[in-house]
Amino acid sequence: MAEQFKLVLKNADSPGYTPDMECYLKHGGYQALRKALATAPRDLPDGKKLSPQEVIRDDVKASGLRGRGGAGFSAGLKWSFVDRRSGKPIYLICNADESEPGTFKDRQILHKDPHQLIEGMVISCWANDVKLAYIYIRGEMPHGARILNQALREARAKGFLGKNILGVGYDLEIHVHRGAGAYICGEETGLIESLEGKRAYPRIKPPYFPAVLGLYMCPTIVNNVETLAAVKHIVEMGPVNYAKLGTPNNTGTRLVSLSGDVQKPGYFEIEVGKVTLGQLINDANFGGGLKPGRTLKAVIPGGSSSKVLKAGEVFKLKRKGADGQMTTVDVPLLDLPYDFDSLQAAGSMSGSGAIIVLDDSRSMVETLANLSEFYAHESCGQCTPCREGALWLAKGTHRLSHGEGRKVDAEYLLHIAQNIQGRTICAFGEAAAWPVLSFVKKFREEFEAHGAAAEAARKNSTSAGTHQH
Amino acid sequence: MSNAETPAPAPAGPPPVETLTIKVDGRTVQVPKTMPDWQGKPQATTMLQACALAGVDVPHYCYHPKLPIAGNCRMCLVEFGTPVMDPATRQPVKNEDGSVKIARSVLPYEPGTPRGAIGCATPISPGMEIYPNSPATKQMREAVLESLLINHPLDCPICDQAGECKLQEYSVQHGQATSQFVEAKVHKPKAVDLGPRIMLDDERCILCTRCIRFAKDIAGDDALGIVNRGSYNTIAAAPGMKFDNNYTLNTVDLCPVGALTSKDFRFKMRVWFLKETKSVCTSCATGCNITVGSREDTVHRYEPRENDAVNGPWMCDAGRLNYKWIHREDRLKHVLIRGQKSNWATALKELTAKLATVAAGSAAVIASARQTTEELYLLRQLAAKLGALTDSVPRTQQADRLLVSADRNPNSNGARVTGIATGELGARLPLIAAGIRAGTITTLIVFGEDVTQCGIGADLLARLELLVVSDILPNPTVAAAHYVLPGCAHVEKRGTFLNGKGRLQKFLKGVEAPGDTRPEWEFLHELVHAVTGRNGYTSMEGLFNQMAQDVPAFAGLEWAKLGDQGVTVSI
Ligand SMILES: Cc1cc2nc3c(=O)[nH]c(=O)nc-3n(C[C@H](O)[C@H](O)[C@H](O)COP(=O)(O)O)c2cc1C
Ligand code: SF4
Ligand code: SF4
Ligand code: SF4
Ligand code: FES
Repeated sequence: MAEQFKLVLKNADSPGYTPDMECYLKHGGYQALRKALATAPRDLPDGKKLSPQEVIRDDVKASGLRGRGGAGFSAGLKWSFVDRRSGKPIYLICNADESEPGTFKDRQILHKDPHQLIEGMVISCWANDVKLAYIYIRGEMPHGARILNQALREARAKGFLGKNILGVGYDLEIHVHRGAGAYICGEETGLIESLEGKRAYPRIKPPYFPAVLGLYMCPTIVNNVETLAAVKHIVEMGPVNYAKLGTPNNTGTRLVSLSGDVQKPGYFEIEVGKVTLGQLINDANFGGGLKPGRTLKAVIPGGSSSKVLKAGEVFKLKRKGADGQMTTVDVPLLDLPYDFDSLQAAGSMSGSGAIIVLDDSRSMVETLANLSEFYAHESCGQCTPCREGALWLAKGTHRLSHGEGRKVDAEYLLHIAQNIQGRTICAFGEAAAWPVLSFVKKFREEFEAHGAAAEAARKNSTSAGTHQH
Repeated sequence: MSNAETPAPAPAGPPPVETLTIKVDGRTVQVPKTMPDWQGKPQATTMLQACALAGVDVPHYCYHPKLPIAGNCRMCLVEFGTPVMDPATRQPVKNEDGSVKIARSVLPYEPGTPRGAIGCATPISPGMEIYPNSPATKQMREAVLESLLINHPLDCPICDQAGECKLQEYSVQHGQATSQFVEAKVHKPKAVDLGPRIMLDDERCILCTRCIRFAKDIAGDDALGIVNRGSYNTIAAAPGMKFDNNYTLNTVDLCPVGALTSKDFRFKMRVWFLKETKSVCTSCATGCNITVGSREDTVHRYEPRENDAVNGPWMCDAGRLNYKWIHREDRLKHVLIRGQKSNWATALKELTAKLATVAAGSAAVIASARQTTEELYLLRQLAAKLGALTDSVPRTQQADRLLVSADRNPNSNGARVTGIATGELGARLPLIAAGIRAGTITTLIVFGEDVTQCGIGADLLARLELLVVSDILPNPTVAAAHYVLPGCAHVEKRGTFLNGKGRLQKFLKGVEAPGDTRPEWEFLHELVHAVTGRNGYTSMEGLFNQMAQDVPAFAGLEWAKLGDQGVTVSI
């Protein structure tokens, strides 16, 4: 049977564990930081010499760590894009805005093991010559903010933060900044604007790539909570051992938020790609299966923005055979390994690691109307296609789900969504369009039947009306 | 010392512009690698700029060359392609026919679907191909237009912007005939009072943020912003604040639709009835270039006319609204001799005779630095003949950080270069006052000033044997005059002003002057010709060219060479 693998949540979920410094130190806390700060320069085969900071950056790259915030971009590569020659300060921001519907994993770290995040951040900051960092925490998590601030005070008192950290002459300050309740504040450039005290309007890229022109137009690293927490473990166990966890190109562990129509919704930590979607939904160690008498209808595999996958779908995946040759294999939905590449190959994404399970009791039309309402509410409204399109989708899906639909609404919704994706300032455009595109394409009969039924009902009521006269 | 050869002398002229070769619509073009951004700093040339250089207009709403780039309207999305590079050799991959292989931009997650990039913010790269008219580009444009129109009230028949509206214009050029939209429209506030001069119709607004960026980044008054979210986004002044700086009306020009309107101009006139005349603002020494909008000899509006050497595309509100006096009821419309209505022939004849007999040194001329350079020049000729003291009147207030000059005369430098004034304007006014008091000055010629405001009170004026006054509106000096010669507002005549930075700019006549009034230069040249005996100049061109020969600062200039944007002279 598939099992959880607890690395990031190992302590947090052990009985009696508390978020304070004393408890963290008892569990070996801040040893990874000591180890990082004592890193020796490294000689490369080509005669180049890496500084201790460069060694850590290199290790993070070698660990294969991919961002846990949504896009799954290589953390080491992201760090390598930072403009280190501008002469401007470099900032690091921990993205703790966790707002993607279905996602509740960063808060496990924030609430239960804040020092793990702080340790990962101090190491990451030191490795990137950052002197000032921020934790941007979702406005609706005031308790998390209090816990973080308390933990930061403790870290300062112990010399893990502030001036001359652990006597090595390195200064770092970390501030907690609370958002005010908007999903778009999780988009990294919207977050940066918000942190600067402005409306969280995402920035155009080019030219405003955070690695070059980020916070206060300075080079900036934005990483997810889980990503930064993982850095601590990469230092602790070494990049080679970390990369042994998970599967090639999908290394390490990942927190998965499982919700919807399963017996045991909750969060789980797995080795990336070592557990399948089916196991996550059905195994007793995870979701424990569907509710009695229900059959699976669909899975939203990576947060509400990811494209829905339909029960019974079979995907063509490329696999490396024993002989090293690439072959294409058919993989049914429930056998998809839960990792970045497999979900992408299946035409969706593992996104924020949030799996939403829909059984046969669910109306896809109503579910989509619910999602579209969220995106209409959260669109920042900066760019035309998303501003106008998101609400348009919400109105259309609402109408369809309230018995006022038309048979053409399936096409109508596709038309609107197609005109959003790929044309907006930020990836919210995709987030709003993808559910619609995938729901309507994969469940077209259901959408058309909804519309047709409404048309028929209208026809009956008008003809009934005519008869009365 | 090294043995190296002496380097060749640096070539004269500007350094060669680095260029890139790209294709626009299938045509190979060379474009500069960098071009000026909104602040004039060189930045990587954008696809939109490159297309413009290739003669292809990429439709746009939020982009404005003099504002920071926002990239929000998405109207300028264009399909493009870039050369395929061999990862090993880093050389472009060739097609079978030897041409460079181009990869069209596609969605990374959907390789069959073209992906556009915004022309206004995407830099060009070597070998790039831009497809501003491809089916995919057109489809993206249509879709943006459709989105902009779904919640738009479409009240063009009663909209002030009709005829100048980019939404109307692009819909005709790039839109689809019908929209699929069947939902209820979003309603937003209409007739919002943004500030003392500006009304806002939020339903017409397409949220391009030009007005916000102008207020914040150009006018330095961060008064405008967006409230609400998503489709409900609404432009508003900050809570409890009014949009009230001296530049607010520029946002009306900037607004690509009819959302921002000038209270002054609102519902006054359909714009296509307006006659447009190139002119210059007279309200300070900056000399912002303007377009006068008039109909049937009535001025209805001033608008800034772009001139990067002077005002860019902007002007201040005070200057823009300073036209109403032109049509005041109490304009001086008649030639008066000792308070009695007369005519030009009589007055000029009598004046010629009187001035011919004035004793040398017994006259003075006070000419406003609001008069044209040509008029000041003519008055200087007259003064020379009479041996008269001359001066102008200074008008000094606070300057601002954008356009408004501390010198509120439009032509102080004109007064200086023609010799009417030297250095500080008004320095000789006390001398003139003293001369009148002492009885040594008995003749005073005043053009365009109320001298009772500058130390030459009614008591002094009463001592004069001859007081000749030309003006536009009544004042105590006019009241004391023996001869009143009604003059013209600048929109009623032609001429030039020399601005605070030495830019000589001409303005043209937009409307006919009322009553018997005549442009001052016209009657002055008759008078001066008659008094001095010097050859006359019957046209503005002739007068200007004559002046250019006499005034060293204008050496080599001709009226025709001034163009629409003026020329900078050394002062
Ligand atoms: C609309 C939108 C919302 C997002 N919300 C979050 C979020 O709540 N938390 C997060 O970590 N990343 C979020 N992201 C992704 C961030 O932009 C960014 O890619 C991420 O923080 C980078 O961290 P990583 O590389 O460690 O994953 C969001 C992206 C978009 C487009
Ligand atoms: S895509 Fe949507 S959320 Fe992103 S900038 Fe545009 S309007 Fe805002
Ligand atoms: S009021 Fe006009 S200029 Fe301002 S955002 Fe709206 S459309 Fe743009
Ligand atoms: S700045 Fe001066 S010249 Fe320009 S519009 Fe204002 S008053 Fe007129
Ligand atoms: S002109 Fe608006 S996005 Fe380019």
